[in-house]
Amino acid sequence: MHSSETLKEADRLMTICNSCRYCEGLCAVFPAMELRRSFTDGDLNYLANLCHACGACYHDCQFSPPHEFNVNVPRVMAEVRAESYQSYAWPHFARGIFERNGLAIALLTALSIAVFIGGFVGWHDPAVMFGKHTGEGAFYRLMPHNAMAGLFGAISLYVLLALFMGFRAFWKDIGAVPSVTLDSRSLFTALHDVLRLRYLDGGGVGCFNKDENPTDGRRLYHHLTFYGFALCFAATSVATLYHYLLGREAPYPWYDLPVVLGALGGIGLLIGPVGLMKAKFLRNPMMVDKPRLGMDTAFIAMLFLTSLTGLLLLVLRATPAMGTLLALHLGIVFSLFLTMPYGKFVHGLYRAVALVRYAWEFRQFNAPAAADVKPKENIKIAA
Amino acid sequence: MTWEIVDVLIAGGGNAALCAAISARRQGASVRIVEVAPKFYRGGNTRHTRNMRCAHDSATETLTGPYPEEEFFEDLLRVTGGNTNQELARFMISESKEMLDWITEQGVRFQPSLGGTLGLGRTNSFFLGGGRAMLNALYRTAEALGVEIHYDAEVVGLERDGDEFQAARVRIGESVENMPARSFIAAAGGFEANIDWLKQGWGEIADNFLIRGTPYNRGGVLRLLLDAGAQPNGDVTQCHAVAIDARAPKFDGGIITRLDCVVFGIVVNRNAERFYDEGEDIWPKRYAIWGRLVAAQPEQIAYIIFDSRSLKLFMPSLFPPIRADSISELAEKLDLDPQALNRTVTTFNASVRDGDFDSTVLDNCHTEGLSPPKSHWARRLETPPYYAFPVRPGITFTYLGTKVNREARIMMQDGRPATNMFAAGEIMAGNVLGQGYAAGIGMTIGSVFGRVAGKGAADYAQQ
Repeated sequence: MHSSETLKEADRLMTICNSCRYCEGLCAVFPAMELRRSFTDGDLNYLANLCHACGACYHDCQFSPPHEFNVNVPRVMAEVRAESYQSYAWPHFARGIFERNGLAIALLTALSIAVFIGGFVGWHDPAVMFGKHTGEGAFYRLMPHNAMAGLFGAISLYVLLALFMGFRAFWKDIGAVPSVTLDSRSLFTALHDVLRLRYLDGGGVGCFNKDENPTDGRRLYHHLTFYGFALCFAATSVATLYHYLLGREAPYPWYDLPVVLGALGGIGLLIGPVGLMKAKFLRNPMMVDKPRLGMDTAFIAMLFLTSLTGLLLLVLRATPAMGTLLALHLGIVFSLFLTMPYGKFVHGLYRAVALVRYAWEFRQFNAPAAADVKPKENIKIAA
Repeated sequence: MTWEIVDVLIAGGGNAALCAAISARRQGASVRIVEVAPKFYRGGNTRHTRNMRCAHDSATETLTGPYPEEEFFEDLLRVTGGNTNQELARFMISESKEMLDWITEQGVRFQPSLGGTLGLGRTNSFFLGGGRAMLNALYRTAEALGVEIHYDAEVVGLERDGDEFQAARVRIGESVENMPARSFIAAAGGFEANIDWLKQGWGEIADNFLIRGTPYNRGGVLRLLLDAGAQPNGDVTQCHAVAIDARAPKFDGGIITRLDCVVFGIVVNRNAERFYDEGEDIWPKRYAIWGRLVAAQPEQIAYIIFDSRSLKLFMPSLFPPIRADSISELAEKLDLDPQALNRTVTTFNASVRDGDFDSTVLDNCHTEGLSPPKSHWARRLETPPYYAFPVRPGITFTYLGTKVNREARIMMQDGRPATNMFAAGEIMAGNVLGQGYAAGIGMTIGSVFGRVAGKGAADYAQQ
């Protein structure tokens, strides 16, 4: 009745968890599960994307391996999540990229960089490529602004479209249409949960990663990565406004807003990914979805390289290395953008959507007037 | 190898043992724990618990209202039918008031009260993440304090001078080691996983019992203590026995093998005959009687039978119910005589008097002229599909243990307390809980007497 072995296993686990319920205080997955007695593929995809892989339920569970019931929620949820990313990908033929995501991203990145370097060199004579350029418009001596903006604008639009199509497929799969009419309070709660990473705290003590001691800094590193990315995005946006509204061309002096935002974001985007990568390799192997490790690490590496090349460009922009670094940076950013809908980046989107659904569901359940969700009545537990 | 003498040696690794270890260590004593189970199975039945019952004077963040000492005491008298040492019971209840704070200070976390869905939100505090999470927290604290912990370490002998403990012989791997200590705490649980011991009380039928908890509760330490002249308390047939899914594994099926649908259907034995009033009282109150009832039936098996109207009135459980479109088909699937089952169902249906069905109160749906009657929630089995769960006795814990005094000192057969031997947890639970059960009391006994034993053992060692 389920479309994959992984979903079948997730169903088995959720049936066990639903008859135990000891973990209901740990995160959103378990209360959401309790609202259901049986699980469709969409339910399981929803629950899996609610899971933040904090690992608390693995260490708290009396039935986790080596127990014969073999209840391993973090790993199975990670597998279901990965499968779900693939099935929502748009266009459909791009789903295969998830299978060997690390390799695909590496190849695409190398190719993009090569194209940019080749383009710069081919367009200009080597003196321009390896020359020193300073002052306003220095970058555009290598690549005209309109070409750069056009290229990245187009790829951004494509990425937005692909992400939107994925979002739509997920929204439909988890049965959020048409029963969910969004309300601002649910959205606000979900936004709060996303921005605070509320459920990456093991129910309050912190995330469990390498052993049963909740000493993991994954939440901090994730914050650095996420907000680092957000600051870099803000820097780009401000620079765009500068260019079109004020007619001021990059590069900007070090004290100017785009540079300050970008530098701060870049630092976060250096430390965060390193911490996340370290956590990834320390993690208790029992909880790891090994086949998809490449997807996770490739995305983390791309974020790190984006930041690293960006910061190097900032520091060395007045030297002859500028041309090479600009090509490297643009190549990596281009590849990062292009692979966003086909890699780990999508976890943020689907997790946020799942949290919106959860916030809505939770409010329905706690609002006595709502009649269509009334799961827990008459349920008694004798321990 | 020669083991250095420690102040306190503790046999066992559950809630009582950890509370004892932490309290002794906080008093400055050196503490060593020997736990018979491997690390994953550490903690005995504490792994499977969920909550703890403590007296408290007002609502808290995790409790919806006050639970005064007197009310706790009355609850205890009711569930035990008066079979309790009242002095110890009152002492435990009064100490329990401090326990929630104390145990929170040791790193254990509780969840916010669960909105009344469990019916225990006022009296019981629920561990966030359940019993294993609670244990993990206690272990973290104990280790941080410097308590020495050994897994796969079984106490196989006690060396004494009269009633004074001197050393334990402990099997670790292939070798048996001598571990001397200034005082000894037995917190090693009951013997429910020791089928041979159960047979001494129950006879051969104990082969058909399922053990809900860890396979490591074999009562080894209890046996050594009784052989060493400790005064026994309770009898071998007293145990917490509920009816659980017959398809559950022999050991450690835990909470998810629980079935709480008895009140919504009828329960028949191998002969397809009913044998007890299924609607006597709401499920949590009558929870602990069905294990014994089923144990008294042929082959120690019974079947809960209900129809589609009741399917969603109770908690989901591990195994799906067996389903059939007719009573005859259901009987065949259960390997029961179809005629006999049809007769039982027909007779039952004919005696049902219509009422207002309400699963949340003792409603007025009952039978007339039927023996045994069904006093509440009686509804005809007439809406297919029909469902059944096979059930067997599931033993949660045993009550036979050692007698103790208020200091958790083991009482010897000559009526005097042992010099430096203490007992805490399930191994002495029968002192307070002579029979019956109320949710969360096992944890209260374990933590109160664990803490007392730890303090007493440390005091003695440091004299």
